[in-house]
Amino acid sequence: MKKNRKWPAFYLALIFIILYAPIFYLIFYSFNSGGTMYQFEGFTLDWYRELFADTRLLIIVLNTVIIALLSAAISTIIGVAGALAISYARKRRVKNTLLSLNNVLIVSPDVIIGASFLILFTMIGLKLGFVSVLLAHIAFSVPIVVLMVLPKIEEMSTSMIYAAMDLGASRFDVLTKVILPYITPGIFAGFFMALTYSLDDFAVTFFVTGNGFTTLSVEIYSLARRGVSLNINALSALLFLFTIILVIGYYFITKRNEKPNGMGVRQ
Amino acid sequence: MRTNSRNFYLIPYVLWIALFVVAPLLLVLYYSFFDIEGHFTFENYRNFFTPVYLKMTLSSFWYAFLITLFSLLIAYPTAYLLTKTKHKQLWLLLIILPSWINLLLKAYAFLGIFGTYGAANSFLDAMGIGSRQILFTDFSFIFVSVYIFLPFMILPIYNSLDELNPTLLDASNDLGGSSWVTFKRVIFPLTLDGVKAGCQIVFIPALSLFMLTRLIAGNRVITLGTAIEQHFLVTQDWGMGSTIAVFLIIAMVIIMVLTGRRKRGIL
Repeated sequence: MKKNRKWPAFYLALIFIILYAPIFYLIFYSFNSGGTMYQFEGFTLDWYRELFADTRLLIIVLNTVIIALLSAAISTIIGVAGALAISYARKRRVKNTLLSLNNVLIVSPDVIIGASFLILFTMIGLKLGFVSVLLAHIAFSVPIVVLMVLPKIEEMSTSMIYAAMDLGASRFDVLTKVILPYITPGIFAGFFMALTYSLDDFAVTFFVTGNGFTTLSVEIYSLARRGVSLNINALSALLFLFTIILVIGYYFITKRNEKPNGMGVRQ
Repeated sequence: MRTNSRNFYLIPYVLWIALFVVAPLLLVLYYSFFDIEGHFTFENYRNFFTPVYLKMTLSSFWYAFLITLFSLLIAYPTAYLLTKTKHKQLWLLLIILPSWINLLLKAYAFLGIFGTYGAANSFLDAMGIGSRQILFTDFSFIFVSVYIFLPFMILPIYNSLDELNPTLLDASNDLGGSSWVTFKRVIFPLTLDGVKAGCQIVFIPALSLFMLTRLIAGNRVITLGTAIEQHFLVTQDWGMGSTIAVFLIIAMVIIMVLTGRRKRGIL
């Protein structure tokens, strides 16, 4: 065991390099004046300038952010209600049924979610566009919020609620002054997860977005199908920065939970 | 009073379940019985069992299997070595970080890296092998897929390795087990849950990838996901698309049952 102390470090380093190489490759060439992703000719900020001059793209970014914030906020509300509903369910059967139904959208492939929502929205007669994308994003974010909030509610001791009620708190007071403050870290974690899921989603959005409305992922897809353009690189550099900020925020929020497995995505 | 407030939490959540979980699935099933002109028919199911679709299903499973296998082979040692590092939470976060970057951007990066004049070919040139077609091959498709799914495989395996009781390893050592025997008889069986969870998280989406097949595999690889997307958005044959979706859902349920029993003890 002792003599091969080097190869584990080497292996891990290799994995890290492979994981990060594409990202830094993209960012590196975003400064390329050559206009391709293979020959670095000289340093330039032109692509960033072009990016900020492209109003169409900026509107798409704005749309994406609005959809993400709105869907995360609404799905957090529904998700918290859902988590409370599940934890209040007394019968085991009811609880398990709710939990299984909750997990359907998490394990379903995006294509199925997208296709089935497309059918649903067309059946209802909803015009594809902002509203359909928003509804879809809310729909697939709710179960994530539930899964982030539920453990927090479960670990809360019921004696706290009884104590509050003994002291004369109404049910509304119990909710707003005892339960919600206690589960706030879970709520924030759920909100951030919903936000990143929404920002990241491509497949579902691709199905339910109409002709007039696009989000960033869908736009990148159609740009990438046309070939390499360094605008996308500049965009990806900015998104990378933004993601890192989000992740750091999320990390510190879950850190406060002091649970060792606060990394999320644990079914 | 108590039931009232419980019902109150249930309302938005159950509404969500009914509208976005149950209804879409039923609608997919319903549409699978209609042909492109809207007549009720079993034709779609008959079509699915023709060689064209069966071959596609088979190749879809084959690719998903390969992707899962390679992810597992790379992820297991990575997760194992991660648990041995100092500051393992931080390293884990760094492993997870790339998975938060938009999927499309990562795929786009590989367009540059694997392109005719890209980094991979320059590397091959420098090695004296000479450049070759990398993009739009099976290799690039599997490589990029493994790249994208790797963090999702590492996470559950890491969690189960991290929960492993170290005294069991000491016991195995004391009883004279070599490190290989310890791994085979103690570590691996006890972390099988994480492996199963990882395989489930990777295999199901791998069956339904469609943007990678278009961007990286250049339409050479057709998965179930690609076919569904094609039928829904290009040929507008929702019936056939739904039929394929029904089979994908069935496959998904089977995989979940096979890999699902995580909570009940394995032994």
